[in-house]
Amino acid sequence: MAPLPPSTADRPAPGPAPRSWWRRNQIAITPWLFLAPGILFFAVYVLIPVFQSFNVSLYEWDGLGAAEYVGLRNYEEMYWDDAFYTSLKNNVIWLVLYLLAIPMGLAIALLLNQTVTGIRIYKSLFFFPFVISQVVVGLVFSWFYDPSFGLLNVMLGWFGAGPVNVLGDERWVTYGIIAAGLWPQTAYCMILYLTGLNAVDPEQIEAGRLDNARGFRMLWHIILPQLKPATFIAFVVTIIGALRSFDLISIMTGGGPFGQSRVLSFYMFEVALSEYGFRMGYGAAIAVVLFLIMLVFITYFLWSMYREERGR
Amino acid sequence: MFPAPIERASRPAQFAYQALIPAALVLWLLPLIAVAVFSIRPDADFANANYWGWPSSFEGISNYSKVFFESDMPRYLWNSVLITVPTVIGAVALSCMTGFALGIYKFRANLWIFFLFVAGNFVPFQILMVPVRDLTLDFGLYNTKTGLVLFHIAFQTGFCTLFMRNFIRALPYELIEAARVEGVAEWRIFWFVVLPLMKPAIAALAVLIFTFIWNDYFWAVVLTQGAESQPVTAGITSFNAQYRAAYHLMSAGSIVAALPPVAMFFLMQRHFIAGLTLGAVK
Repeated sequence: MAPLPPSTADRPAPGPAPRSWWRRNQIAITPWLFLAPGILFFAVYVLIPVFQSFNVSLYEWDGLGAAEYVGLRNYEEMYWDDAFYTSLKNNVIWLVLYLLAIPMGLAIALLLNQTVTGIRIYKSLFFFPFVISQVVVGLVFSWFYDPSFGLLNVMLGWFGAGPVNVLGDERWVTYGIIAAGLWPQTAYCMILYLTGLNAVDPEQIEAGRLDNARGFRMLWHIILPQLKPATFIAFVVTIIGALRSFDLISIMTGGGPFGQSRVLSFYMFEVALSEYGFRMGYGAAIAVVLFLIMLVFITYFLWSMYREERGR
Repeated sequence: MFPAPIERASRPAQFAYQALIPAALVLWLLPLIAVAVFSIRPDADFANANYWGWPSSFEGISNYSKVFFESDMPRYLWNSVLITVPTVIGAVALSCMTGFALGIYKFRANLWIFFLFVAGNFVPFQILMVPVRDLTLDFGLYNTKTGLVLFHIAFQTGFCTLFMRNFIRALPYELIEAARVEGVAEWRIFWFVVLPLMKPAIAALAVLIFTFIWNDYFWAVVLTQGAESQPVTAGITSFNAQYRAAYHLMSAGSIVAALPPVAMFFLMQRHFIAGLTLGAVK
C-alpha cells in the first residue's frame, strides 16, 4: 500500500526546490489529476442526481413552478396505487423469466460450439439480434404478433389454433413483450458462453471422458464449474436488462392494454413525463423504489467483485 | 472441446447437424426475415391482404429510396451520428484517464472510487431522469444534441472505467516501474507507455459504446423532442406515425435504422466480441 515504489528512492538527488516538491509528490497527485474530469462528469450527471431524486420524491412538483414539500405523502399514495402494484408484479415476472436467457444462451452456445465449415458465420448471425436497437426489436415483434397478418398467428393457424392478439390481451401481453426481450438477451448470453467454452480446459474433459462422464453429467460436473465467470456476467447483465426494460414496452404497447404491461421504469416515465401530467415528485418516488430493488443486486455484484479483488 | 466434436460422430449425425444449423438459424431470425420481406413488397400487397404470399412485384428500390429521399430519416440518421461519435470519443478519452489512474496507482481510495463508477453504471435510468432533465434545461441544452452527448459521456464513463481499469491491471506492471527508474514523468508514462498498449481496448470499447449509444431510446425521448435533434431510435416512431399502416415503408425504415450498428458489428466483430466478453474467461 506504499504510495511510492522503492525505485524512486535510489534516483539521483532532486533538482531545484520548486521542482522537487512536484517530483516528490508526483506519484501521489497524478492519479487525482487523471481522475478529475471523469469524476466531475460522473458526479454531476450520475452520483448527485441519485440523491436529488431522493429529495424530489418528497415534493409535489410539476417540473416548472414552485415545488411543495409534502414529506412522505408520495410514498403513501404509492401504497394505495393499484397501478404501482401491477408494475411491481410485472417487474418480478420480468426478472424471473428474463433469467431464462441464461440456459437458452448456454443451449445455443453448446449447439454451435463445433468447428464445421462456416460455423463462424452462423455464430455471428445467431448473435446479431443483440446488435439491433430494442426499438426495432419491439417493432419487429409487434408485427410478428399482429392478430391480422402476424407470422405468429399464421403459424398458429397451421395447427388449427385460433388467432391470439398477444399484445391486446392482458393475460398475454407481459409474456409477449418478455419473449421479445429474450431474443437479444439470449444472443448476448450465447456469446458469453461461446467465449467461455473456448477457454474450457481440454485435459479435464479428456479426464472426464476416461471416467465415463458424458452428456449432461459432464456438463454439470466438469463444464459448468469452469464457466462460472461467464455465468456471473450473464447473470449481472440479465438482471440489469430485466430491470431496465423500457424501450420494448414503450414501443410495443405503451403500457397497455389498461396499463397491464407496465413495469416500474415505464410507469415512472408515464407519471413524470406524459399524459398523467408532470408529477415529478411521484415519479421520483417510484424511481426510488426501483433504485432500492436494484441496490440489492448492485450490493451483491460489488460484494462478489470485492471478494475477487481481495483474492488476487 | 465440449460437446464432443461432430467430426467424431457418424456420417448421418454429421449430415443431420449440417442440416439442423441453417434450419435453426432461419427459425431464430424469422421475425427479422419477415420484416425484410415486408420491406420489398409493394403497397398493393398490403391493400389486398397478400401478406405472406409471393410479392406481386419487388419494390425494394422504390421503398428504400422513399425512406431516404422523402422522409426525415436521413436527418435522424445524421443526428444519431452527431450524437454517437462525440460520445464515443469523449467516453473513451475520459476512461483512458480514469482507467490509468485506477489501474496503475495504489492509494487508499482507489477501490472505493472504482466501485463508485461500477455501481453508478448499474443504476436504473429512471432515478436520474428528473434531475438530469432539469439540469439539461438549466444549462439551456434541452432538445440539443450537446445535452444528450454530455449526459451519455458521463454515464458511459462508468462502464468504460470498469473496462479500462481491468484491462490496464492486466498489463505488465514492470513496464511502468522501468520507466520510473528511467525518470520518465508520470504523464509521459501514460502517453508513451500505457496508451499505445491500450489500442485493442480502445477499439473494443469504441465499437461497444457506438452500439449502445446508437441504440439508446430512453434518453433520446427524455432529453430531445423534434427532428432537429432526435436520433433515429426516437425518429422512427415519428416516421411510423407519418406512414401509419404503410408497412412496406415502416419495415424499410426500421431496417435502415438498425443497419449502422449491425454494419459496425460485422466489420469490427473481433473487437466487439472481445469487448463484450471481457471477464467471461479468467
